Amino acid sequence: MLSKNNKKAWLYLLPALILLLLFMVYPLIDVFIYSFEEGYNSASGVFFGYGGYNYSYVLHDPYFLQAVRNTFIIVIITVPLSTAFALLISLGLSSIKKLKELYQTVFFLPYVTNTLAVGLVFMILFRKTAYTDGLVNLLITFFGGETVDFIQGPYWAKMFVMCFYTIWVVLPFKILILTSALASVPQEYYNAAKIDGTSKWRTFTKITLPYISPMILYLVITGFIGAFKAYSDEVALFGTDLNGAGMNTIVGYVYDMLYGNSGGFPSYASAAAIILFAIVLTITVINLMVSGKNTANIG
Amino acid sequence: MKENKVLKTLTYVMLSLWGLMVIFPFYWMLLTSVKDYGAYNAERIPKFFTASPTIENYIHAFTEVPLARYFANTVLFTLITTFVMVAVTVLAAFAFSRLNFRGKNLLFTGFLALMMIPNELVIITNFQTVTSWGLRNTFAGLILPSITSVFYIYLLKENFEQIPDTLYSAAKVDGCSDLHYLTRVMIPICKPTIVTVVILKVIECWNSYVWPRLITDNSLYFLVSNGIQEIRENGFGRENIPAMMAAVVVISLPLIVLFLIFHKKIMEGVSRGGTKG
Amino acid sequence: MKVVLSHLTKRFPNRNKKIKTEVTAVSDFDIEIPDGKLIGLLGPSGCGKSTILNLISGLEQPSEGRVYFGDEDVTELPPEKRGIGLVFQNYALYPHLTVLQNIMFPLENLKGEEKMSKEAIRAKAVETAKLVQIEDYLDRKPSELSGGQQQRVAIARALVKRPNVLLLDEPLSNLDARLRLQTREEIKRIQKETGVTTIFVTHDQDEAMSISDYIIVMKAGILQQVGRPQDVYDDPCNLFVAKFLGVPPVNVFDGMVRNGRLFIGENDVLGVSGLKDCDVYVGVRPEGYLVEEDGLLKCGLRSVEVQGRDTSIIATNAAAEGGSFRAIVIAEYAPDPKADKVNLNIKPNKVYLFDRDTEERISCSVSR
Repeated sequence: MLSKNNKKAWLYLLPALILLLLFMVYPLIDVFIYSFEEGYNSASGVFFGYGGYNYSYVLHDPYFLQAVRNTFIIVIITVPLSTAFALLISLGLSSIKKLKELYQTVFFLPYVTNTLAVGLVFMILFRKTAYTDGLVNLLITFFGGETVDFIQGPYWAKMFVMCFYTIWVVLPFKILILTSALASVPQEYYNAAKIDGTSKWRTFTKITLPYISPMILYLVITGFIGAFKAYSDEVALFGTDLNGAGMNTIVGYVYDMLYGNSGGFPSYASAAAIILFAIVLTITVINLMVSGKNTANIG
Repeated sequence: MKENKVLKTLTYVMLSLWGLMVIFPFYWMLLTSVKDYGAYNAERIPKFFTASPTIENYIHAFTEVPLARYFANTVLFTLITTFVMVAVTVLAAFAFSRLNFRGKNLLFTGFLALMMIPNELVIITNFQTVTSWGLRNTFAGLILPSITSVFYIYLLKENFEQIPDTLYSAAKVDGCSDLHYLTRVMIPICKPTIVTVVILKVIECWNSYVWPRLITDNSLYFLVSNGIQEIRENGFGRENIPAMMAAVVVISLPLIVLFLIFHKKIMEGVSRGGTKG
Repeated sequence: MKVVLSHLTKRFPNRNKKIKTEVTAVSDFDIEIPDGKLIGLLGPSGCGKSTILNLISGLEQPSEGRVYFGDEDVTELPPEKRGIGLVFQNYALYPHLTVLQNIMFPLENLKGEEKMSKEAIRAKAVETAKLVQIEDYLDRKPSELSGGQQQRVAIARALVKRPNVLLLDEPLSNLDARLRLQTREEIKRIQKETGVTTIFVTHDQDEAMSISDYIIVMKAGILQQVGRPQDVYDDPCNLFVAKFLGVPPVNVFDGMVRNGRLFIGENDVLGVSGLKDCDVYVGVRPEGYLVEEDGLLKCGLRSVEVQGRDTSIIATNAAAEGGSFRAIVIAEYAPDPKADKVNLNIKPNKVYLFDRDTEERISCSVSR
């Protein structure tokens, strides 16, 4: 039967293969070549020669350095916060019976919404214009604080909205995953702990947490990867001119270099994309190594 | 017992607070979209209700900017992309799960390796490729790079493989051809997974922003995400927030309605095989 | 239709790809299966029974040898052209289709001249459902049926094309004990009613013995013995067949023949004629013992068990395989359970002698 299926199998695979070769394998090779082609002109398709200049240019570009700084801040703030917060909410969800489904459904809502569109609402809520201080500032003054423009004001304020919105966007997925992880802890463990008179906190740290730790690890890793690729949420809040707003991210830098106000530089874009890939890969490997040590004795 | 009650109350308070945080932007978008333009601009302190809702903003949204066009584009893009992708994915998953051919394991390993490649890395060349084919500002250009997903092929292949081999033998004895077996037996049995894939892809398509932004600069081909950016930056002439919010409502509504109808299925699907982006 | 398997051999590549040698699942299997009978293909797990079934059905191709249905050589024909029905161990019902749709499925695949109208397909499916007495459940999904009902649906699906040969792979192994008894009577009835040549695979000798017209015993891909169940039981051709048939199994002793007498250990138990002095294995059916004061086989008594209508004793003897053996005896002659010794005589017609090296049956006549 082996030989009979041979040709037919390739036929079934053909569409997927062609598309993947064209839009994944070839670009993957090409992006490396691009990143080493110096002085590439996208209009004429001419370049001077091969070398590391593109990397050096990107690494010395203040916009890129700012993008790296912004990205790292977003990653460092949102990944731990959103994971911890998702865990808290999931624990709350799994401890209640009444209204559980309603809460679950509501919490999931941001996942299915267009982040560009909702980002616009956030912008309106947070910004301060000549005509109005906006709703958030209204709250701040109510509690006796100073108003601040979160969209075009100081850097920390912009970063705050940025992180807040990012968490708002990524939380649904994490809550969903953690809630189902919590539901999968066998009830026997809890019953056994109850009989032994284990305290709630001990039950949590000694039973629940180890049991769901693989899922937390999964969320942390995908969270890191996702946060490093932050881009469209920034556009949603601050518009397409992220460099101007000082809120660009690495991915934003890549796209701007490729096609934007400062666009037309695929070589720089490629170099920046590869640097991003290297960072993400490194962090993921570190994550896996660290967690490998910590979870090895549980598994 | 008493301690339990306090904890329970705290839990509900916390959950309700976050629920409010989630709901509030939606409420605000809906509220603003029905506020009168003049009244809205006169509100130095934002009001939480409006006594006189108006649909005028929706009329503006459809007449002053090509919202209907963006909307139609996105529907078309979503339908075609999802349909073609599911077809391509099912065929490939079938070949990997059911047929035997030389080099299958090697090829599949290659497929899995591709799963680790981030979109950001290949999008640069894809942009150049599609541009050089003259497909900018066309549906073909929009759709082509989005109709393969290694992850979905993997997901479906795993599901196909759970169908017992004897079912295939039974079908063979019953005189069923391979293609027939795929359409009559495998696809119906794996319908839940395929529905999951469709749902995830529809959400992804509806919200896609980066690739459409790169590949279209003619607003005739804008999808809703680009449309909303366009409206924000150049729309309505003056800053017409209520009209903008009306557009946002229109854009958000299809997925929210879809979600409210199928929320169980969607959440189940996402937890089985979803990551965002 | 009779089925002829002519010198069938099937080799598979080794699962461990690094090992180049092939695994032989079936070796030079040569047999003619008569028309219209119910045949049990019997052997321990992994002996190649299912491979034989797959070779008959055409799901697999033999490495050597031919398969004939009647006089037609079907070796090269694909399964759907052979006119067979196949019932799988796990039934392999299509879970998304109803009972009726499952039964209709094979008919809907017919093409060209054989193509049938929707009504004809339906009528035939319903008729077949009636044959297996599942007509009350036509609109149910397989998951809503009991194991026995699923089994009937599977049989109906296999029969609906009016096959020349019906093949059943371990048809009863997924059923509980009570249903198993019921279903095997059912299979017998359906086979009688349709008259279709039926081959079923089983590792359960009781099952095979109770309903087959003929049984085929195989071991490690090699045909051991063919015959009517009782004939094979009474007259096993080698130690394996003797051990494989019968519950409790045959007792095996180390024995020897000296001057026309058969010795088990030190005990001179029976007379043997037509055999030179040699060492043998002695097989004795559990029902082949008589408890007698002057019994020639001296044994220790471990226990006496009463199970329903049977009384069995567990006796010890150094020559017995494993040191002890079980004998079924008539209740009124059972020894005192408190005794620690028992003397047994052996019925000559329940004794088989086997060659120590080849384990083949030695033909000779045994007497008291």
